[in-house]
Amino acid sequence: MHKIVRTDTLAPSMFLMEVEAPKIAEKRKAGQFIILRIDEKGERVPFTVADSDTKRGTITLIYQVVGKTTAQMSSLRAGDSLLDICGPLGQPTHIEKFGTVCCIGGGTGIAIAYPIAKSLGQAGNKVLSILGARTKELLFYENEVRAISNELLICTDDGSYGQKGLVTDMLKQLIDRGEQLKLVVAIGPVPMMKFVARMTKEYNIHTIVSLNPIMIDGSGMCGCCRVSVGGATKFVCVDGPEFDAHQVDFELLTKRLASYREKEAQAYDMYKHACKIGRG
Amino acid sequence: MDPKEKMKIPRQKMPEQKPEVRRGNFQEVPFGYPEETAMLEAKRCLQCKKPGCMKGCPVEVKIPDFIRLIAEGDHWGAIKKIKETNSLPAVCGRVCPQESQCESMCIVGKKAEPVAVGRLERFVADLERKSGKVSKPQIAPPTGKRVAVVGSGPSGLTVAGDLSRMGHKVVIFEALHKAGGVLVYGIPEFRLPKEIVQAEINFLQDIGIEVECNTVIGKADTLDELLNNGFDAVFVGTGAGAPIFMNIPGENLIGVYSANEYLTRSNLMKAYLFPEYDTPILTSKVVVVVGGGNVAMDSARTALRLGANEVHLVYRRSKEEMPARTEEAHHAEEEGVIFDLLTNPLRYIGDDKGKLVAVECQKMELGEPDQSGRRRPVPIKGSEFQLAIDTAIVAIGNGPNPLVPSTTPDLKLNRKGNIEADLRNCKTSKRGVFAGGDIVRGAATVILAMGDGKVSARSIDAYLKDPAWWDLPTPEPEPQPEKAPKATKKPE
Ligand SMILES: Cc1cc2nc3c(=O)[nH]c(=O)nc-3n(C[C@H](O)[C@H](O)[C@H](O)COP(=O)(O)OP(=O)(O)OC[C@H]3O[C@@H](n4cnc5c(N)ncnc54)[C@H](O)[C@@H]3O)c2cc1C
Repeated sequence: MHKIVRTDTLAPSMFLMEVEAPKIAEKRKAGQFIILRIDEKGERVPFTVADSDTKRGTITLIYQVVGKTTAQMSSLRAGDSLLDICGPLGQPTHIEKFGTVCCIGGGTGIAIAYPIAKSLGQAGNKVLSILGARTKELLFYENEVRAISNELLICTDDGSYGQKGLVTDMLKQLIDRGEQLKLVVAIGPVPMMKFVARMTKEYNIHTIVSLNPIMIDGSGMCGCCRVSVGGATKFVCVDGPEFDAHQVDFELLTKRLASYREKEAQAYDMYKHACKIGRG
Repeated sequence: MDPKEKMKIPRQKMPEQKPEVRRGNFQEVPFGYPEETAMLEAKRCLQCKKPGCMKGCPVEVKIPDFIRLIAEGDHWGAIKKIKETNSLPAVCGRVCPQESQCESMCIVGKKAEPVAVGRLERFVADLERKSGKVSKPQIAPPTGKRVAVVGSGPSGLTVAGDLSRMGHKVVIFEALHKAGGVLVYGIPEFRLPKEIVQAEINFLQDIGIEVECNTVIGKADTLDELLNNGFDAVFVGTGAGAPIFMNIPGENLIGVYSANEYLTRSNLMKAYLFPEYDTPILTSKVVVVVGGGNVAMDSARTALRLGANEVHLVYRRSKEEMPARTEEAHHAEEEGVIFDLLTNPLRYIGDDKGKLVAVECQKMELGEPDQSGRRRPVPIKGSEFQLAIDTAIVAIGNGPNPLVPSTTPDLKLNRKGNIEADLRNCKTSKRGVFAGGDIVRGAATVILAMGDGKVSARSIDAYLKDPAWWDLPTPEPEPQPEKAPKATKKPE
């Protein structure tokens, strides 16, 4: 059992949960993830560790409510518990001094880009960060990311905050003004990662993305999370979650993410219905 | 009763659910022997002076002794006798390939059908469990030594049980949220009820073993960290848990599963109870299962129970070569699984959403024997055909899980990535580290994994008493690693 010590709402349908997991807090490195199960009937769901606090023995998870499990998570409060947390899992981000690097976070991807940007900064890189969201109220972690970046660019699709535009427009600005980017880290919705990859390929800038397929065990046992990278099948849980963006088959990832769309909708509807009845 | 009379008693059938009924539920297929049937079956045993059956048992169960006790009506004595050497009788009585082990060497079997050793073992094990009066073994006084067991499959459970009886403190580390290895995530409820595995785990916890689930060794702690942080020895029993795909086109389409994924969803995550349980599994109409082993049979029978209209088992050799237990293949056929033998998939075909809609297969014929001694399947030119399907389950085998080896550079591996261990004592190339079960043998059997667990417990005990034991030469020649034995045909 893992006690939840803090919950927070970061944006509409975007939440933070800080939960006790002392061993994972100690071991985890940037880029790694955990798999949790809320209760005995719950599914196993992966979340990248956004932050950890070894003194408090906690890890922080950031998630968007997209279905039953995340909705149920958002109903939990400090003092409640999660039944299982397994981790850390996956390969940590390869961190070294590259020179100038650009870290791009979109949506919940901001939560994953943050620890990577932080580690890259600590390794002596010049970190240029880009945060993107559909609209102002979906942005979070602005101060956190600003604090660990040499420069932060913000954009929203509707122009309600920062510049109006997409993260690729911001990236283009950096390239155009002559930044010698040695590495781009792009983490966010699949289409965002795909478009960043397309642009950086043109400029020949090494780019990594963190993938979020459906998983079960997280230890390479089931193969549910397989993706195609450079034409070869990889298991994201053990070979990833980060891959060379220019090699990833994003179409396949998108399709496989939709494998259980109908069943997921059914489970979510039943949950919402049960909540309504519960509230009377 | 004299031997002649004994030989006249026919092998007793075990009552089971009818195929039409059981293909619609996940309850266990056989009901087990009633007492009088068990006693009658036990009377068939000739009580050989030199029992062949025992030679066929990797954990040396005193088979004639326990069977005699059943025949005499002393069922409690019988279970005690089994447990002297086998800590998981309710499991073995269900899933061991007796037809190629103990029962294959039964003298009665030379003239008539062999004594049903497995069914008798199951009978007394169930009797004990259902009574709730599981006797606790003698535990030696604490030695102060600590052993880490990585993986909670049958090898890990056996080594843990034996070592704690010897007075050592054991902590089992398991990657999944439930202990039991393949027994919980792979083998389905209808063949091995999970309550039985749980009872065994509870028993081990009762005798003082700690089980730390959700801990992936190699990611959480490495073997070196375990050895440097208070463990005097480590046993690695991480199994053969990495699914093998065929690398043919279309294997990443939605609807193509590894058997591990399909079975894990259904067994461990209870997807068959969706939406009561959260984990979904595809609802299928026509399913193809590729392979001919127990894993393929379990997948095919699970697919039927999940409501598929039609389940095909596609296997590239003939029925004779199938590695599955005879009983399992028989059960699958009875339930309506269609065997497409001498057939091999070439590619999977999908629609624009990436969903599987068909498989293209090729017919095969048998050529010359290959390395495994089985006749090699050779494609027949021009025999390609397509089958409209919505689910495919790839059950062609599992490789070793690489997480421990990849973080333990001084652990020697063989060509296939299995840990190298001397099967006489289960020593690896790394001091203080022992290994057994599927991570050493490649996908084999429960009982062989348990046998390795037993050997390891003895070795670890010797090593803990005197670390110099590690450097002693091992006398006899090293035996060849025994693979999962191929089922020999025995009529039921
Ligand atoms: C579907 C199926 C049906 C089968 N049917 C039969 C049958 O009828 N009869 C029979 O005799 N055999 C059968 N087998 C084979 C048999 O189950 C195996 O040979 C046996 O379970 C091997 O035992 P093991 O102890 O080596 O490991 P496993 O049972 O494979 O267990 C290994 C455990 O280690 C854990 N693990 C792996 N890596 C790590 C890590 N890094 N850290 C912590 N934990 C880790 C895994 O999660 C797993 O729980 C079947 C196998 C399958 C898959």
